[in-house]
Amino acid sequence: MIVQDVVWTIALAGMGLIALGFIHVIVQAGRPADETAAARSVHTAHTLQAWLFVVLLVGFIAGSWATLHRFPIPPQHGALDAKQVVDVAGRMWSWQITPATVRTGSAVEFRVTSGDVNHGFALYAPDGRIVTQTQAMPGYTNKLLHTFDRPGTYTVQCLEYCGIGHAPMTTTFQVVAPEGE
Amino acid sequence: MASLAMYPDDERLAGAARAAFNLYMITAVVLFVLMMLIGLTMRMAQATWLNVPPALFYELLSMHGAGMVGTMSLATTAVMWFFLRKYVRLRLWAFVTNYVLFLLGALCVVLSIFSGGYGALWTFLYPLPIHGMGMWTPGSSALFMVGNLLIGVGSLLFYLDAAAGIIEVHGNLGRALGLQWLLGGTIDPDHPKAVVAGTMVIISNSLGILAGAVALVMSLVNILYPEVVLDALVAKNLIYWFGHQYINATIYMGVIAVYELLPRYTGRPYPISRPFLWSWAVSTVFVITVFPHHLLMDFAQPRWLAITGQLVSWGAGFPVFLVTAYGALTNLYRSDIRWTMPSRLLILSMFGWAAGIVPAILDGTIRNNLVMHNTQWVPGHFHFYLLIGVLSMVLALMFHVIGRRAHAPPNSRADKLGFPVYLMGGLVFVFAFLDAGHLSVPRRMAEHLPAWTFTDKIGSIGAMLVVLAMLYFTIRIMAGLLKAPSAGSAGVGIADAAG
Ligand code: HEM
Ligand SMILES: [Cu+2]
Repeated sequence: MIVQDVVWTIALAGMGLIALGFIHVIVQAGRPADETAAARSVHTAHTLQAWLFVVLLVGFIAGSWATLHRFPIPPQHGALDAKQVVDVAGRMWSWQITPATVRTGSAVEFRVTSGDVNHGFALYAPDGRIVTQTQAMPGYTNKLLHTFDRPGTYTVQCLEYCGIGHAPMTTTFQVVAPEGE
Repeated sequence: MASLAMYPDDERLAGAARAAFNLYMITAVVLFVLMMLIGLTMRMAQATWLNVPPALFYELLSMHGAGMVGTMSLATTAVMWFFLRKYVRLRLWAFVTNYVLFLLGALCVVLSIFSGGYGALWTFLYPLPIHGMGMWTPGSSALFMVGNLLIGVGSLLFYLDAAAGIIEVHGNLGRALGLQWLLGGTIDPDHPKAVVAGTMVIISNSLGILAGAVALVMSLVNILYPEVVLDALVAKNLIYWFGHQYINATIYMGVIAVYELLPRYTGRPYPISRPFLWSWAVSTVFVITVFPHHLLMDFAQPRWLAITGQLVSWGAGFPVFLVTAYGALTNLYRSDIRWTMPSRLLILSMFGWAAGIVPAILDGTIRNNLVMHNTQWVPGHFHFYLLIGVLSMVLALMFHVIGRRAHAPPNSRADKLGFPVYLMGGLVFVFAFLDAGHLSVPRRMAEHLPAWTFTDKIGSIGAMLVVLAMLYFTIRIMAGLLKAPSAGSAGVGIADAAG
C-alpha cells in the first residue's frame, strides 16, 4: 500500500471510532440516570479516561519512534553520495530540470531551488499519485532523495501557489530501467 | 459553582451592549453566507460546472481565505466577550473599536482584491505579493496588508482590554490559567472556564498577531523599497506562526460557548478540574510551538524544528480527545437531554473538532506530509474543524441568544430540518476534500484535470446543502436577534427549558 492509502485507512478508522463514541453517548443521552447510576457512570468515565490516556500515550511514543527513527528528510549539509543528481529550478511558470531522465533502482538527489517566488516541486507517478515533494524556495536549495522503483513518465507539478500560472506549471520527467536489464 | 439557569441575569444584553453584540453577529452570519457562496463558486469551478477564469478564481480564493478567517475571528471574539464580561470588566469601547477596525480592514481587503486584483492569498507568502505578473500591483498588495494590519490591531486591542480585566481580578495571567493548581491545592470551583480559555487565547494570539504584524510591515517595506530583500524562509516562519495561531484562536474562543452552555442544556454541572487546567496549560504551549508543521517540506529548516512540528501536532490531540471532547460526552451521557438547536450544535461542534484533527495530525507527520502536503487533504481537515466544529459553536450561541428572546430554546420544525441538512452537507463536503487529498489532487488550483473532477462534483453538492442550511440559519438568527427583547425574559430556569 502506498502511504496515501495507509493514511486514508488510519484516518477513516480514527474518525469512525470517534463517531462511534459520539453515537453511543448520544443514544444513551435520552435515558435518565438516577443518583447511583450517575455516580457509577462518573466512576466508569474516569477509569475509561485513564485507559484512553494510556492508549494514546503508547500510540504517541510508538508512533513517533516508528515515523522518526529513520528521519524521512535527508541531511541538507554535506554530500549525499547519490549516484544520480538532478538540478531543479522553478520560475514563474516553468521548470528547468537537468537531466530530465533518471534510472530506477538507485537513489536520485534532487537539488531544488527557485528563481523568483516559492514553488512546490512534486513528483507524480504515472498512475497520478504523488511520490514525493519538496519546496522550491528562492535563496535556498532543498535536497530531496528518492529511489524510483517503477519506470515511466512522471509528472512534475507545482504544489505551492505561485500566481495565475500555478496550475499549468507542470513538466514531465522520465524514469527508465538501468541499461542491460 | 455557577448555577445552571438557562438564561442568567448577568448574561442579559441591554442597550449599547446588545447593539454591539447584534452588530457582530449579524455581520458575521451575512459574511459567512457571502464567503460560502464564494467557496461554492470555486468548488463548482473545479468541478467544471462553472466557468471561472483563473485570475478571478485566485481573487475569490484570496477573498474566501481572508474573509472566512477574519469573520470567524470576529464571531468567536463575540463569543469570548459574551461570556467573559460576566467575570471581568470589559470595556465596551474596546469591543466596538475592534468591530470598527475589522470593517475598515475588511474594506481595504475587498478593495485590494476586487479593484486591485490582489490574488496572493491570505497567507501572502513573500515574495509573491510583489510578483503579480500583471494580475495585481504591489500597491494592491500593500492595501491588502494594511487591511490585515487594521484587523490585527483591532484584535490586539480587544485582547489587551481583556487581559487588563483578567489581571484586575486574578492578579496575573498565570493565575488566571490556574497554573497554581496544576500540581496540587484545592481548585476554586468558581474559577471560570471562560477565564482560563480567554487567557490562553490572549497569550498565544497576541504573540501571533505581533509576528504577523512584523511580517506585514516587513512586506510593506519590501513593497516600498524593493532593494530591501527579505529572507523567504524567515518570512514564511513568521507568517505561519501568525496564521496558525490566529485561526486556532477561533477554536479556543468558540469553545467557551460549549463550556458555558452545554451544562445548561444537559442539566448537569460541568465542573472545572485538574485535567481541564492541565489541558489548557499544555494547549497554550502547543499552539505557540506547533507552527513548524506548516514548513515540513522546507528542508532548509533546521531538523529540530520539523521534529517539534510533528511531536507537538501529535501532542495537541491529547487535550482535545482526552479532556475537551471526552468531558463534553461525559456531561451528556445519560443526562436525559431534550435536544434543541443549541445543544445539537454544541455536540456537533465537539465532533467536528475531535474528528477533524485526526486527518490534521496525520498530515502533521513528516513522512505523510511528503505525499499529502498542499493537496486537498489540507482544506479537508481544516474545513472539518472550522465548518463543522467552530462554526457550530458560534451558531449554538446565536441560537441560544435568540432562544432567550423567545423564552425557549429554538426547536422549530424548520430547525429540525435545517440541522441534518447542514450536518450531511458538511460531511459530504469535507470528505470529498479528504478523498481528493488521498488521490493527490492539489489544493489551490483553478484548473483541475478531468481525473479530479469527480470529488469536485461530490464536494459541490455537499457545499450546496451547507449553503442552503446556512441561508436558513442566517435568516432565522437575524430575525431572532432583531426582535425586541420582551419583558420578563430573565431567569427562565432549566425546568422551563426542559419542560
Ligand atoms: C459552504 C461552505 C464552504 C465552502 C463551499 C468552501 C469552499 C472552499 C474552497 C473550494 C476552497 C479552496 C480549496 C482548494 O484549495 O482547492 C476553500 C479554502 C478555504 N476555506 Fe472554505 N469553504 C467553506 C467554508 C469555510 C469556512 C466555514 C471556513 C472557516 C473559517 C473556511 C475557510 C477556508 C480557508 C482558510 C481556505 C484556504 C484558502 C487558501 O487556500 O488560501 N471555509 N474553501
Ligand atoms: Cu505554483
